[in-house]
This record gives sequence, C-alpha cells and structure tokens, in this order.
Amino acid sequence: MMVDSLEKALTQLCPLERVRAFADNKETVARDLWTGLADLGVPGLLIAEEHGGLGLTLLDAALAAEAFGRHVAPAPFLGAALAAIALRDAGSAAQQSRWLPKLAAGEALAAVAISEAMAGARDGAGVTASNGKLNGTSLFVIDAAEADLILVADRAGALHLVAGDAPGISRIALTTVDLTRRLGELRFDNTPAEPLALGEPSAVLTRLRDAAWVLLAADALGAGQRMIEKSVAYAAERRQFGRVIGSFQAVKHLCAEMAAELEPCRALVWYAAHAWDAVPDEASLTAAHAKAHLSEVGRFVARTATEVHGGIGITDLLGLHYWFKRIGLDRQLLGGPERVRHLAAVLQGLVAA
Amino acid sequence: MSGIRVPRGTRFRRARAMDLTFGPEYETFRAKVLDFLIQHRDAYPGPNRPARADALRWQQLLIEHGYAARTIPKAYGGYGAEPDILKSRIIAEEFTAARAPTGMAGQGISMFVPTLLEMGTEAQKQQWIAPTLRGEVIWCQGYSEPGSGSDLASLQTRASEDGDDFLINGQKIWTSTAMQADMIFCLVRTEPDAPKHAGISYLIFSMKTPGIEIRPLKTMTGHAEFNEVFFTDVRVPRSQIVGQRGEGWRVANATLKHERGMLGDPDAAASRLAAIIDLMREETVDGQRLIDNPLLRDRLMRLQARVLAMKFNGLRLISAQLNGESGGLAALVVKLQGCDLNHDLAALAIDALGELGVLYQDSPHLRAGGVWQQRYMFDLGLIIGGGTAQIQKNIIAERGLGMPREPKLAGF
Repeated sequence: MMVDSLEKALTQLCPLERVRAFADNKETVARDLWTGLADLGVPGLLIAEEHGGLGLTLLDAALAAEAFGRHVAPAPFLGAALAAIALRDAGSAAQQSRWLPKLAAGEALAAVAISEAMAGARDGAGVTASNGKLNGTSLFVIDAAEADLILVADRAGALHLVAGDAPGISRIALTTVDLTRRLGELRFDNTPAEPLALGEPSAVLTRLRDAAWVLLAADALGAGQRMIEKSVAYAAERRQFGRVIGSFQAVKHLCAEMAAELEPCRALVWYAAHAWDAVPDEASLTAAHAKAHLSEVGRFVARTATEVHGGIGITDLLGLHYWFKRIGLDRQLLGGPERVRHLAAVLQGLVAA
Repeated sequence: MSGIRVPRGTRFRRARAMDLTFGPEYETFRAKVLDFLIQHRDAYPGPNRPARADALRWQQLLIEHGYAARTIPKAYGGYGAEPDILKSRIIAEEFTAARAPTGMAGQGISMFVPTLLEMGTEAQKQQWIAPTLRGEVIWCQGYSEPGSGSDLASLQTRASEDGDDFLINGQKIWTSTAMQADMIFCLVRTEPDAPKHAGISYLIFSMKTPGIEIRPLKTMTGHAEFNEVFFTDVRVPRSQIVGQRGEGWRVANATLKHERGMLGDPDAAASRLAAIIDLMREETVDGQRLIDNPLLRDRLMRLQARVLAMKFNGLRLISAQLNGESGGLAALVVKLQGCDLNHDLAALAIDALGELGVLYQDSPHLRAGGVWQQRYMFDLGLIIGGGTAQIQKNIIAERGLGMPREPKLAGF
C-alpha cells in the first residue's frame, strides 16, 4: 500500500523534467520533492512512531529505495534512512529526541560520512576524534550539501553526530556521473561532535553498512526494472525493415536476458532486507550478496537497455542515461562488487580478513 | 545430530531460511524429518549407481513416511497427504542439508504420474501409478524426433489404425533410460490430415513390444545418456491412449509443465556450490588452498550470489503459489537461469582444479570421480534440452514481457 502511494506521488512530483531540472541547474536539494514525500511519511519511515515516524522495517525502506531508483528521484533518502538507523540503534534518549522528530518530519536533512570505513580511504581521507572534536576529511559523503545533521565515522570506526551549523566544517561538492544525487567532501577543523552514545561501535557500523548495501541494491533494482520496461516499450514502437524491432529475436532475446537476470534479484533484495530486520545471522552475507550482485546485474541491464534503444539511447534527448548513471553510482558507492565479495568470503570464514 | 553433515556453504542460512513464512507447526514437522534422516542414515543408498534392491527399499521407506509420493492418493499407492508446499520445501531442504538421497525422480514418477493423475482414466491410474511410484515400472519419454526438436508439434511418427490396434512406425530420439525402461509414453501422429497440433495422440506401451529397436546415443561425456528408438509396425491396442485421439498435444503439455519444474532446480545448485566450497578448502596447489586464490574466490562468491538469488526466487514462487498467484516472470526464468548457473558452477570447479580438472574416466589423480567434467558436458545438454535457451528467451519475452510473437510462416 505504501508502495502504491509512493509510486503515485513520484509519478506526480518527479517526472523526468523535474529530474532534468535538478541535474541541469545543479540543485543541491529538491525541497519540493522532499516536502511532498514528507506528507507520506517517507523521511520517518524507519523512525519509531513515538518520535513521529512510521516505525516500519528495512524491507519497507528497500521498497521505497526501489521506487526512488525507478524514478531516478533526487531525494535525500539514503542519508535520512541511514541517520535514522544509527540514531535508532545507538543514539541516547537525548540524541534521539533532539534529532528523530525533525528527521521524521523532513525538516532536518541528514548526511552520512562513512565512505572511508566502508570502501577504504582515498587521497588521504580520514577523520580523527579527540576531546569531542573532529579533524580530517571525509569523501563521498551522502547528501552532504545542506545537511542539518552529519553522521561521521572516524578512523577507528566510531560514529559521531555533528550539527550542520557547527564551526569548522567545509563543504565541497563532488560531481559524479549521477547528477540525481549529491555527494560531497567534508573537511572538519576542530569541529565539535558528540559520539553516538550506545552500542559497540563496530556492531553499529556493521548494521549501518548492511542497511546501506541493501538500500543501494534496491535502488539499482528499481532503476534496472525501469530500464527494462523502457526497452520493451521502445522495441514495441520503433520500426525498422518494416517491422517493430521487438519482433526480431536479436532484440527480444536481449530483453529476455535482462529480465532473466534481474527478476531473481528482486527476491534476493527482499530477503536481504528481511534478514536485516529479522534474521541477524544471515543479514550481513545476504546484504553483501545483494549489493555485489545488483552491481553486476545492474551494469548488464544498463548497458543492454541502452543498446536496445539504439542511437537514441545514448542521447540526452531521451534521458535514459539518468538510469544508466544511477546504476553506475549504486555500484561503486560504499564498496564496489569485488571489495564486497571479498567481505562476503570473510564473513563465512572462507578466508582471513 | 553427529551423523548429519551440513554442507558448510549452506550452514549460515539453512536453519532459519524460511522464517518469513514458517510457524511452529512447521518447525515440529522439520524436527520429524530430521529425526527420520538420523534414524535411517544406514539405509541411504550410495550416491553412485546403488544396487537396485537398495534403491527400491529406500523408495518404499520414503513413501511409507511421506517423503516420496507425498501427495499422491493412498488409493494409488502414494502417502495421501494434503498438498502443503511448505512441508515439501522442508523435506527438500533437510534432505539436501543431510545429503540424503531423495525419492526416485525418473520420468515416470516426475512426469508420467502427474500427467496420468490429471488426464488418465480410473483404470489407467489403478494399473500404473502404484508400481511406478515404487520404482518397479520404469518409464521413458518418446517425444523428440530427429526432425522435431524445438518444433515438437511437427513430429512425424505415425500411428495408423489396424483393427483394434494402432500400428506405429517412426523414430524417437533423446530417449533417456530407454534401455532400462519397461514402458514408454509416446507422442504419435494419428490424424495426419489435421493441423499439426490437433493430429497428435498420447500412447503408452511396453518397451518389450515387437518392432522396437533401441540404439544407444553416445554423447560427448563418453556415456550413452540417451538413445534413439525405432518403431517398425509396433502393434499397440487402441485402448492404451491417455486422453482422446488428437488430444495428445494437450496431454503432453501437462507433462512438459512438470519437466520445466524439474530442470533448473535451485536445490541442485545449492548442493553443487557446497561441494565446490569443500573442494576449494581441501585442495591445494603449491601448498596454497584453492580458496586462498583471490580470483577463484571472487568467482565463487559471484556464483554464491546467483545461487542465493535463485533460492530466494524459489521461496518467492512458493509464497506466490500459497497465495494462489501466478509466478509470472519469476517462474518463467527458472529453467534458463538455473541450467546456466549449474553449468557455470561445474566450470568453476574445473578451473579451480586446474590441470587436474581435465582428468576423466578412470585416470590416476582423478577427483570426485570426474563428476565435474561429466556435469560440465552433460549440463550443456540440459541447457539445450527441455526447451532450448533460445526457446526459453522467446517464452520470457513473449509471455513474460508481452513482446511480439514470432511471425508464423503459412502452413507451420
């Protein structure tokens, strides 16, 4: 039911022209979209009802992420969802009551700076924490641009909360191929921060990582699904040699191959999300496989769907590239498939970390 | 518990894999299955060509306990349980995990019995189902012909009327187990003037009938897994027909539906993956375990993701069935993806073994009885058989995605 209303809302709030405007005008946050989604409760999807949220599960969040992928929606959802999880799992009562209601209402935006902990440190990035101050740089910060709350993992893997208006923060935009989402570089210079109060830090970070992997996989699933639908529709109308091209086996089989690869992914993503909610023993491994497998299948679908469209597929005129690039970012962000698969092997004790 | 060996690769997810839908009633059932497997461990027939008597005894034991022929009515020699997909699933899971042989699954039990239940007369059911379930009557399938592969309905084997009998002339191919089979279920053309789909009948007859010649068809594996079967004036009473004359195509499609479910089975892929994980942990090259080679390990992990995707896809299909919904695309892709996955698993095992991977037959240093090479070659046949990969893609595109059908040439 939530999915249906979300689907309707996105069709209205987020047609391709809106996505295009966001990309072309280098907007940082699509406030109109986020406000519309707040009416449905999306920002507080994972936040308990006592804090004004919907109190739903990661499986629900994954369905939402899938819808965002389908619509290449420029929604700051990943940051919001991950910050909510971190606060829910490890925030003190004071931290929760300070941030969760605002996040749930969509009034506060959240950034998540965990790339170094997940995908490794590049270009000397890394943040150190001492005496309640953060110093250093974090790259590939999710939804960094206008965040009111920043969740930061330090070099030791501990998580900290930083208020967006705290002193000593420099925000530098990173431009990725995917112009439907915003990543940034954050530099901290004696920036005041408070650690997340509860829980064993590495366990909290692991939960966060698994959730992020599932949500990125779900985003790629939705984007891939839309690319297949577009391919099938295009093949039904484009005529060459006196026939619609979808009647040629060469084209039909490309579409069948995409569907054959992507359809089983749906169950994999659902199960990984369900495991995160309810089957802790299986959560990390299924999340890893969902992330890595959707990276591979996503790439195949993105490439093949573009080919089915022929020349028009690579033009800005059609805009198929927004989905292509969305899938490209989902693949690399927070660990590419090779890195994630290595971790999957480690998780099973097949190899030492 | 010590007798049960849980494949290492599946341990992490086995016990709770079905929490999504299983309740306490099912956990009690699972415990019962486990109990049976432990108690009867010594009765497992061996994996490689067990003695026929052992296999028959095991089959009998499984039927008595409801782990084979589970939903077949008691009146026909089955166990007579209500259909319960979750219980069937639990049985499959626990047998796989314990590496216990499941019930017999030849073409008689898996394809002919369900077809007869759906389409046969009461007398036919009484006569054939029970001995088939017990493994006493072995069946083979006479469908494909040299000139009729993907276009099966163009088959030319002719059955002409002769008094109370049909006289059958023609040739079948790809007939597995024809050598061992007591009986054949066979598609023949009885109405040569009718349109091709409407001229076919489904006959059953003994493989000992005069006029039948079987020639083994040796394949690239070096074994004859298939046969050619030649019919010369084979006399079959007209009563030995399932369904009406000219209805054979409809009857056959009931059977083919059961075959598609047999191929691309995710449990088979899960067992293979577990075996490869064992192999890669045990085998060494220059003292390094295969699993410690990062390139091989990456391939293993890629395949594990695909195995999991197909497993969860299978669970999704079960829950769709429980809710009375059609499996849609998720069902249509199983044969294509499952067979491809099994083939890729065999390829990884061969590559992991390196030079040892090419050893075959009775060679010194052979690993696992040469099973990986055998599977790699045999499974290519499964990608082709049961509807080729290309036919599967047509089906996925046309029925699953609603793309235009192949243009039909006039007269075909």
